[in-house]
Amino acid sequence: MRWRAAVEAVGASDAAEVAALDHVSHRYGTTLALDDVSLVLPAGRMIGVIGPDGVGKSTMLALLAGVRRIQDGQVRALGGDMGQRRHRTAEAARIAYMPQGLGRNLYPTLSVFQNVDFHGRLFGQGAAERRRRIAELLTATGLDPFEDRPAGKLSGGMKQKLSLCCALIHEPDLLILDEPTTGVDPLSRGQFWDLIASIRARRPGLSVVVATAYMDEASRFEWLVAMDEGKVIATGSPAELLARTGRPDMEAAFIALLPPEKQAQHRPVLMRPRPAGLDAAPAIEAEHLTRRFGGFTAVDDVSFRIGRGEIFGFLGSNGCGKSTTMKMLTGLLPPSEGSAKLFGRPVGGNDLETRRNVGYMSQGFSLYGELTVLQNLELHARLYHLAPRDRPVRIAELLERYELEPVRDARPDSLPLGIKQRLQLAVAVLHRPAMLILDEPTSGVDPIARDAFWRTLIDLSRDEGVTIFLSTHFMNEAERCDRISLMHAGKVLAVGTPADLVRERGSASLEDCFIDYLAQAAGIDRPARTAPEPEPAAPAPMAAAAPPRRRFDPRRLWAYARRETMELLRDPIRIAFAFFGPILLMIAFGYGISFDVENLRFSAFDQDNSPESRQLVEAFTSSRYFSEEAPIRSAAELDERFRAGSVQVALEIPPDFGRDLQSGRVPEVAVWLDGAMPFRAETSRGYVTGLASQYAQQLTLERTGAASTGQVVSVETRFRYNQAFRSVNAMVPSVMMLLLILIPAIMSAIAVVREKETGSIANFRSTPVTKFEFLVGKQLPYILIAMIGFVLLTVIALVVFDVPVRGSPGALLLGTLFYVAATTGFGQLISTFMKTQVAAIFATALLSVIPAVNFSGLLVPVSSLSGGARLTGLALPPAWYQPVSVGAFTKGLPFAELWPNILVLAGFALLFLVLSQLFLRKQEA
Amino acid sequence: MAEAANARPTPRARLGPLTHAANVVRLVAKELRSIRADPIMLFLVVYAFSLAVYTVASGVSTEARDLTIGVVDEDRSELSRQIVSAFNPPLFKEVVPVTPAEVDPAMDEGRLVFVVDMPPRLQEDVLSGRPAAIALDVDATAMTQAGNGSVYIQTIIAREVADFAARRDLAVSEPVRLVMRAKFNPNLQTSWFTSVMQVINNITLLTVILSGAALIREREQGTVEHLLVMPLVPVEIMLAKVIASGLVILVAAGLSLVFVVEGWLGVPIAGSITLFLAGAGLYALAVAALGILLGTIATSMGQFGLLVIPVLVLMQLLSGSSTPMESMPVWLQYVVQTVSPTPHFVAFAQAVLYRGAGLPIVWPQLLALMGLGGIYFVVALARFRRVIFGA
Repeated sequence: MRWRAAVEAVGASDAAEVAALDHVSHRYGTTLALDDVSLVLPAGRMIGVIGPDGVGKSTMLALLAGVRRIQDGQVRALGGDMGQRRHRTAEAARIAYMPQGLGRNLYPTLSVFQNVDFHGRLFGQGAAERRRRIAELLTATGLDPFEDRPAGKLSGGMKQKLSLCCALIHEPDLLILDEPTTGVDPLSRGQFWDLIASIRARRPGLSVVVATAYMDEASRFEWLVAMDEGKVIATGSPAELLARTGRPDMEAAFIALLPPEKQAQHRPVLMRPRPAGLDAAPAIEAEHLTRRFGGFTAVDDVSFRIGRGEIFGFLGSNGCGKSTTMKMLTGLLPPSEGSAKLFGRPVGGNDLETRRNVGYMSQGFSLYGELTVLQNLELHARLYHLAPRDRPVRIAELLERYELEPVRDARPDSLPLGIKQRLQLAVAVLHRPAMLILDEPTSGVDPIARDAFWRTLIDLSRDEGVTIFLSTHFMNEAERCDRISLMHAGKVLAVGTPADLVRERGSASLEDCFIDYLAQAAGIDRPARTAPEPEPAAPAPMAAAAPPRRRFDPRRLWAYARRETMELLRDPIRIAFAFFGPILLMIAFGYGISFDVENLRFSAFDQDNSPESRQLVEAFTSSRYFSEEAPIRSAAELDERFRAGSVQVALEIPPDFGRDLQSGRVPEVAVWLDGAMPFRAETSRGYVTGLASQYAQQLTLERTGAASTGQVVSVETRFRYNQAFRSVNAMVPSVMMLLLILIPAIMSAIAVVREKETGSIANFRSTPVTKFEFLVGKQLPYILIAMIGFVLLTVIALVVFDVPVRGSPGALLLGTLFYVAATTGFGQLISTFMKTQVAAIFATALLSVIPAVNFSGLLVPVSSLSGGARLTGLALPPAWYQPVSVGAFTKGLPFAELWPNILVLAGFALLFLVLSQLFLRKQEA
Repeated sequence: MAEAANARPTPRARLGPLTHAANVVRLVAKELRSIRADPIMLFLVVYAFSLAVYTVASGVSTEARDLTIGVVDEDRSELSRQIVSAFNPPLFKEVVPVTPAEVDPAMDEGRLVFVVDMPPRLQEDVLSGRPAAIALDVDATAMTQAGNGSVYIQTIIAREVADFAARRDLAVSEPVRLVMRAKFNPNLQTSWFTSVMQVINNITLLTVILSGAALIREREQGTVEHLLVMPLVPVEIMLAKVIASGLVILVAAGLSLVFVVEGWLGVPIAGSITLFLAGAGLYALAVAALGILLGTIATSMGQFGLLVIPVLVLMQLLSGSSTPMESMPVWLQYVVQTVSPTPHFVAFAQAVLYRGAGLPIVWPQLLALMGLGGIYFVVALARFRRVIFGA
């Protein structure tokens, strides 16, 4: 086996280790996730890492897989130092990593086949090899009938199987799985472990490291690592741990392994019988509840009755319809068919009365993270209209009862999950509802906190007669319920007390009973399924797994480009932004930023009314820039009309104007302008100056028969490039410069940050794909889209705005190509610093729009800028592209005059690619 | 157990309008707390209404200045030198002497926007009263400078020639003296315009983002569900978001007008700020409803960002706040005035703040704001109900 050979080569002491941690610590801000952990993991085993949420399991696994940067200490895996980049690049293909969360490394809009295919391409496998392996894996996992279904539409169990297929496509030697079965139904869970077992049977050298929060799964593993608060508290085989603690099951054993001060907080959950005689009037009656979303039936004909004060448990996998049923009972969702009654009253969407009797706790934490614990309680107390005198009393009572007093002024975001859940419960019971509906209230909570939570539930039910309706994944919690309902694929499979169900079915345990029901519903003959089939036809595994490692592989680059394009084509909002965005914005800019000033509202205040004054007025009204309004008759009216905005230019002619003119006295004429919009006023001043000088010339000519000396020199103005002096001729090409940075940069920035947000960036981190392949692969589709956008914009310029390409089309095309290569690269560069899509969008928008509008020749020519403004402009591509687009469109310039700018743009494209590579991290911090 | 009776459902009195109002007030308080707890959003609001207003107003302007000018002096006379020396900063950058052959490349590459060509024998012609022509080449792709700049250059040349002639006793005075005065902004300073328009644009931008983000944050956190199981109706939840974001933006806009625009930039405000804020309040309700509407279409902050950018740019550019409404094609004017409240608000704001107009003048705009705001609110509410209830 190769890893053994490698271990021997570096002279490691223990040939039987697959990985080891040596004094490893890891922090997130001030939180210590791993606290000086030293550990040796034996090779060729199935290793379980157990512990509740937030104890450092995921961090440890990510460090082992090499997807997270080691902060402190040393990590060895497959015989090399994971802190060394050389070792990581060399060994990445031998490690497979499946991140936490249902299908986190999958692309939801891609089909089952496409997802696995993408992973195969990342490992440089040829088409024939991929087809063979995918067929093999999909058959083994039973996913083959669903090859074309989008990954997002699979059930939780199927998603996890698909993730596993993706991880196994390259036949790794070390398989690292982070909570692969959380939220998966017991049947699928069983199938998942069977699958792993059959793979291990075929490839005995494979080492598997699995994290799990389900203690009952731990017995399946060969070797366990128990963790608490960033420390390893025990290692050994399950039998050893049970023997050491002397407990009957792993959950009890885990509690026994915890430090004494934590154990002291633990008190076992004691069940108490329900008082009799409460079943006369049911608290909840659901009859034939059905809920459809489009063509998908989430809840299918569900009926049950729950008695007052009963604890009723709902068991089932993620996506089986539990949450939807609960939402229908609270009135959050109207049912498609059937009805629900709470305390004999039908549930309606607008029935505020029923809501007062219900306390609801949704899946996941859903209180205000920005409000403190006390503020959250107060807000809810007010909204439930608790009497003002009552409020402080009730809140104090809850703070004490749910042990929230010490954290009353803390924000929930900073609290451990167990405490958050207590706060949620406190909020749910605040208004003393007669019924509680709790959706997976203990998911991810540690065993001690979970038991404490259950004690309060039992108190509520038994002492206060509160009806409790809850859903859970934990079998030991289900056993505590008065009655449970097993649910799968929208249907109720069975209802009854846990003991009755087990007895009826003749099963060994409740879990077994549930699996039995699920198997029956799915039409699976159980015993046949659990036996892993030997697969003699499979090739010798080690021989197959030796693809030559390359620094650059165009197949990996193409894999990313192809996948990015497929995903993009299935996202209507992004597609709309890419194609309608430029069209709408071009029209908005083309019409919205215009420097054409015409149709100025003009009115004369003629106090003279002589032939001479009328001649002057006519000089104005005959101009095409002015549209004549009714004359003004008084000074007060002049003020009033300006204030109302109905006049923008007014001519005030004094009395005796004609007589003064005749007698050679120089009369004074006032022109009033509306200064509210300075650019418009400035332009109208220019018009008035021109008109006045024409008028004066005409007058002089009439009176003296010769032009005055002042007028001897005429200025012949030639408006070059744009004789008609139309705004759009200059604006449209400049706006292209703006839009071809704004939209492509945002799109390519999102492309990278999206993967960070959804978690699929893990594929980049855990596979041999290089930064260059990742960046360029993701950039290519956006360059193509930007070029399509460019063609659309050109068509709009030609057709809508009538702006022709007068210069070199070749220069325009080539310049644009390099420009969008540069702007998409700019977006990628920004994305390396951003964590969320919304931050990436606004940051990219600001960083591209501000220089493009202000310093790149859109409003002010670059030649007029100086100092910092000029440098800012020249340091970014827009200022270099604007001369190309304006030159090729309006100025009619040939290629020969534009190539220096095109060269600079190509340089920018290269520069941004290099910088992005420099700042993009292959490992997470 | 006797206590078991505690959990019997208790019928209560029906909810009156007062209860609804009380709910809204409480939810508004909650929304305000949420905004206070979001440092990025707060920073954005404070920055946009203070520094950003100042920078925009004192920075880029459409006032013609720093014009690049080249001169081909083929006369080399006293008059031609006098004309050249009149092209001074700040209106002009330093004059670049060029030869006729250099003119085309310089203008093609955009190094010069204006080129003045003074012909041989210019001074001689002037002295002998023969008509002469100076050629002015203008790069008409520099839209902000070409028009006004060429008028300035013509005026300067005319003045210098007249001066020259006056010194040689050749002058004939103008028959009429024209005095031009600009109302509301006597020196036509761009900052007076841009500062106030920046405040107005910020009102649109930030109200939409604030209310939309408030909804999406609740959708992403799942807290909207929590509100919906409480004895609240959707209209209360939406109204609270609209009022809270409107309120924050109004206070910021009011302070910005008084302290940044009037105080820091020294721009006089002609009309009543109270009247302006009343109109802005109406407008904020309309655009906050638009924010909610966009928040129901997008399911994540990322999608919201993609939606909101084109919508905001369209609304702003076509509102008359950057280019006068009458410069747009008539059909487009009708379209934007029918679908968008922004042009009405911009017209209202310009009338009140620049021209000191009062209620008798601006009531039609207020009416339009109310009508469009009402429609926006109803549509947003309908979608809010449908999307959040998942029907």
